[in-house]
Amino acid sequence: MAESRGPAVAEEMELVHPKTFLGKYIWSQDAKVIAIQYGLTATAIGLVALALSILIRLQLGFPGSFSLIDPSSYLQYVTMHGMIMVVYLLTAFLLGAFGNYLIPLMIGARDMAFPFLNMLSYWFYLASVLILVASFFVPGGPTGGGWTLYPPQVISPGTPGVGGGILLMLVSLIVFIAGFTMGGLNYVVTVLQARTRGMTLMRLPLTVWGIFMATVMALLAFPALLVAVLMLLCDMLLGTSFFMPEMLNLGEQAGHEGGSPLLYQHLFWFFGHPEVYIVALPAFGIVSDVLACHARKNIFGYRMMVWALILIGVLSFVVWAHHMFVSGMNPYFGFLFATTTLIIAVPTAIKVYNWVLTLWRGNIRLTVPMLFAIGFLFTFVNGGLSGLFLGNVTVDVPLSDTYFVVGHFHMVMAVAPVLVIYAGLYHWYPKVSGRMFHQGMAKWHFWLTFLGTYVVYFPMHFMGFAGVPRRYYAYGETAFIPDSVITLNMVITLAAIVVAAAQLLFLFNMAWSLRHGKPAGANPWGATTLEWQTPHTPPRHGNFGDELPVVYRWAYDYSVPGAAEDFLPQNQPPEAVRSADDAAAKGPDGGREAP
Amino acid sequence: MIIAWVVILLTLGSVLFYVLSPWHLTPLASHWGAMDSTIHITALVTGAVFVAVNLFLAWVILRYRHRADRRAAFDPENKRLEGWLTLVTSLGIAALLAPGLWVWGSFVSVPEEAHEVEVVGQQWRWSFRLPGEDGELGRVDTRLIDEANPFGLTEDPAGLDDRLVMEPRLLLPLGQPVKMLLRSKDVLHNFQVANFRAKMDLVPGQVSYFWLTPTELGEYEVVCAELCGIAHFAMRARVEVVEPEVFEAWLAELPTQADWLARADPDPAAGQGHYASCAACHGTSGEGNAAIQAPPLAGMEPWYLSRQLELFRRGARGTHPEDSPGQQMRPFALQLTDGVAIADLAAHIASLEPIEVSPAAQGDPRRGARLYRTCANCHGERGEGIPATQGPRLATLPDWYLIRQLEHFREGVRGRHAADPYGNQMVDMAQMLVNRRAVEDVVAHITTLGTAQEE
Amino acid sequence: MILSLALLTLLMAILGGWLFRHSWGARPWEAQVAGQAPQRQAPPGATPARVGLGVILAVATSLFALTVSAYLMRLELGSDWRPLAMPGVLWVNTLLLVAASLALQRAWRAARDGRARALRTGLAWGGGLSLAFLVGQGLAWWQLTSAGATLQANPAGSFFYLLTLLHGLHLLGGLVAWWRAWRRLGRGGDIVAGVELCALYWHYLLVVWGVLFALLLLT
Repeated sequence: MAESRGPAVAEEMELVHPKTFLGKYIWSQDAKVIAIQYGLTATAIGLVALALSILIRLQLGFPGSFSLIDPSSYLQYVTMHGMIMVVYLLTAFLLGAFGNYLIPLMIGARDMAFPFLNMLSYWFYLASVLILVASFFVPGGPTGGGWTLYPPQVISPGTPGVGGGILLMLVSLIVFIAGFTMGGLNYVVTVLQARTRGMTLMRLPLTVWGIFMATVMALLAFPALLVAVLMLLCDMLLGTSFFMPEMLNLGEQAGHEGGSPLLYQHLFWFFGHPEVYIVALPAFGIVSDVLACHARKNIFGYRMMVWALILIGVLSFVVWAHHMFVSGMNPYFGFLFATTTLIIAVPTAIKVYNWVLTLWRGNIRLTVPMLFAIGFLFTFVNGGLSGLFLGNVTVDVPLSDTYFVVGHFHMVMAVAPVLVIYAGLYHWYPKVSGRMFHQGMAKWHFWLTFLGTYVVYFPMHFMGFAGVPRRYYAYGETAFIPDSVITLNMVITLAAIVVAAAQLLFLFNMAWSLRHGKPAGANPWGATTLEWQTPHTPPRHGNFGDELPVVYRWAYDYSVPGAAEDFLPQNQPPEAVRSADDAAAKGPDGGREAP
Repeated sequence: MIIAWVVILLTLGSVLFYVLSPWHLTPLASHWGAMDSTIHITALVTGAVFVAVNLFLAWVILRYRHRADRRAAFDPENKRLEGWLTLVTSLGIAALLAPGLWVWGSFVSVPEEAHEVEVVGQQWRWSFRLPGEDGELGRVDTRLIDEANPFGLTEDPAGLDDRLVMEPRLLLPLGQPVKMLLRSKDVLHNFQVANFRAKMDLVPGQVSYFWLTPTELGEYEVVCAELCGIAHFAMRARVEVVEPEVFEAWLAELPTQADWLARADPDPAAGQGHYASCAACHGTSGEGNAAIQAPPLAGMEPWYLSRQLELFRRGARGTHPEDSPGQQMRPFALQLTDGVAIADLAAHIASLEPIEVSPAAQGDPRRGARLYRTCANCHGERGEGIPATQGPRLATLPDWYLIRQLEHFREGVRGRHAADPYGNQMVDMAQMLVNRRAVEDVVAHITTLGTAQEE
Repeated sequence: MILSLALLTLLMAILGGWLFRHSWGARPWEAQVAGQAPQRQAPPGATPARVGLGVILAVATSLFALTVSAYLMRLELGSDWRPLAMPGVLWVNTLLLVAASLALQRAWRAARDGRARALRTGLAWGGGLSLAFLVGQGLAWWQLTSAGATLQANPAGSFFYLLTLLHGLHLLGGLVAWWRAWRRLGRGGDIVAGVELCALYWHYLLVVWGVLFALLLLT
């Protein structure tokens, strides 16, 4: 339990100002440093997952060429790639890195509500990553049961990593959830409690909204995973039968009785589906802010955007079983879950419309963050629409467990959020580092990533139509799979290698620009939100110097009619707005009206 | 600028790809044409939205790109526009959902007259059970499953006339609705026949189902579509849709549970008589003869020997032109007149004392051990063989024989025949041995297993 | 799952309702009227610690609701469920937890009124009784195990151990906070807020235990 502080926290809070290097950068309680720690750790483990994906692709593109990749290690690569990307990279990066950096700055706070807990959250995260990595080095290697870790298979013989691998995976998840709960608690309390004067809920930037809603969902959804993992551990180590039915292990009676594998799937997807939106909502928020800023236009339908976020968040808890249409559960559930799933498409579509309408009649600067945001829009529209195939129970039946699913979720859950992460990184890099990134390299990075991933994932949908099953080490001679699929797989592999190389270019750019980039100044994009109004760039510990900013307006006062500048920072008092038209004295408010 | 054109190109290119792509739905072989229709409706609606949204996006980028002399509009919300968009989207969604739910309604209601077929999944093979004359499947209990009772049938009298299909090959009558009852002995599996569209998971501890009416004669491949372990990708079977008369004839040929229970114990003494003609090449005590490429037989499991002899007899092994030792073997197998003779012979050979193999001369057993991790799942950690996975004992086989067989599997000289499903599986698995060196390495490891066991 | 959904819907409805109340009439694009000072945002009663506790309770509710859902689903799905005879000591434990909750409630009131002695006694009793509860739960485990109802024996037993373990761990976490408050009291610090949080948390855990115990008795 955190110790209590007076109600004055929104005004001022005591900060621990460490003097030593270690205190400042390693055991730091400054949310910005913690954010960077989260970001670097997530990037490091993300690179591992990227390397694994290349190994997977090499096997699929050139089967029978690599002695290193046997069926066991193939499944291990697939499993670890999935788990790392979803949980340890995307969740950690979007909430841990962006959340920590942006929440306090954007709401006008000195730091998170509980800085010590925040630091602890990172160290738990790091521990979970290290435990996960350790599973590569135990006998038998990491688990190869698929990232969904379905019992009985994941703890039964015939699956790689049945011993230490799966144990470490489960322990790592428990540690991750514990760490995340600390961080999440912090985000929620900070957003609710520490907003500066004038920062009403309806003036919050959508980035904060997205991260806030995602955190609320994560706090409620992760317990489902925790329960599932604990019960799985009991089944594995203590011989209970929560999930394990009477069954055989390669011909020998396993000694379990009465457990239900479907119970696990219900619990897992009760977490797993919200998890999709835990990754998506922060991305939705960030892309909204990037689009508005670089189109020099207010976000279209702000309130609708907020309500859509909330609605998506709530609905995402009642759609989980659409992952289980062919799982053998009572098929009558199909009616209910297909309906809820397709309903969720409505608020999501509204968000897409509003993004495009934000650009409409804007003054669009095609900066690098904007390019990534547009790339996101295109990819997300594609991935969202293919979701309508899989959410609609009848259409799902032929397509489930095929490459259509792989194509769909990579579009919507991998490429789309990653493009937003890049949009966000390029957008805030000047604030975080104080320097501008190298434009040329950044553009190359964009084009290779955007086009490369499209070449990788778009054709996969068609392999799905042809019935090509997923998680296959090799296809050999399958009657219904034409040879052209093998050729296609080769092309996809080559594209994937190009995409992977582009990510290295990105890393190089980030490192190179840290020293050689042009100084960026405090607000290079002309953005309205508070993080761009700090007295120092990069912001120092405490963020806002001596006095906290006071907020007078929403985060989207771009191109306000009558104002001289094409943006009004949130902390610009109405009295201080310079009028463009001296003659027409419409009063200090600039004579703004809603249409 | 470029981005707008790229968006346009990608949008139109995607549509074009959809039209021209060589990868389509497999030819339909069941009555689930309605599923294809829902796919096409969804593709049409989503395709239209995809084109509309992205072309509008591209136009917006072109039309409203940055100019220093222009300002963006200030336009916080537009209730009418947002209302209309919400309404139209909701209608579109309803238009997708309605046919989907309608077809699902027929998916969940199995017709009364559907006949039942039980599909049993296990790591990594399929077997089937069909009801006998009483039209009823006998009750089963997973806890009763062992080598003598592979389906786990209980004492239930309804089960005695159940027809058992131990091989992964199923026949279905054309035009008759069939309810597939799915059950698993171990982990999750999924019975997918792409041409049938319908599929469902097999879950241990319960029975799931789906139904279909086969509408096209032909042979279709069954694949497992739910990750079930290392040989997931090699878990195949065949379904043949045939005329009802052919189906009835096939059904009548199948052994019943009663036949299975009443099968006579093999007689090794009779087998010893048959072995006389084998001894010339394989040696009187089954020790083999490397000089004429006759492998040692002593120590081989009877079920494996029976299967291989059956394959030789049927021409599923020993008929490939590059398999000259196999071609030599085939006439001898043909001398065995029936299943009883084969069983007797196998029982005799199983009673012979295995000889010790010497470690392979070439290959690195340490590298081989890593490769063998995968093999161990079916053939056992110590190469002792696992009947449940149909993986024979390897530890008693000499290096030259293992190397030749693995090379044959790799090249498809052995195991490609349609009537040899476990050979098919081995062909798939042997793809992990990418070159001669990998083969020698893994064989070097296998030849150390037998001796290590005795230490 | 229905139960979890109902609880989650309730939590979400509270959150959603609160958000809609803030957003329905708002016209976010309008700037502050000139001359009007922007307001502080958090209401004075809602301290970070109290809000933080609220969040923790929401997470714990989700955890327990899901475990109970799993319990009910397993009960429905499995054919091997054999009801478990609850050891009598659980009734004593329940009383202990009620008493602990009451003692902390008294301590909280005493802390607000500035009655140092009553605060100290209340806090001491609260912690002591909770420890006694945990010991009692351990006793119940031991009794069950020696009666042959081990963890593996049957799913009802497995769930009994799992649920009591989760509840016990939460109480243990509470005791850490209690220990900090106790130490602070020893140093003469201000612990009104700390005792308040402890009392609220204990009431919550008492309710959870009530629900769990009723569930275990009824099935």
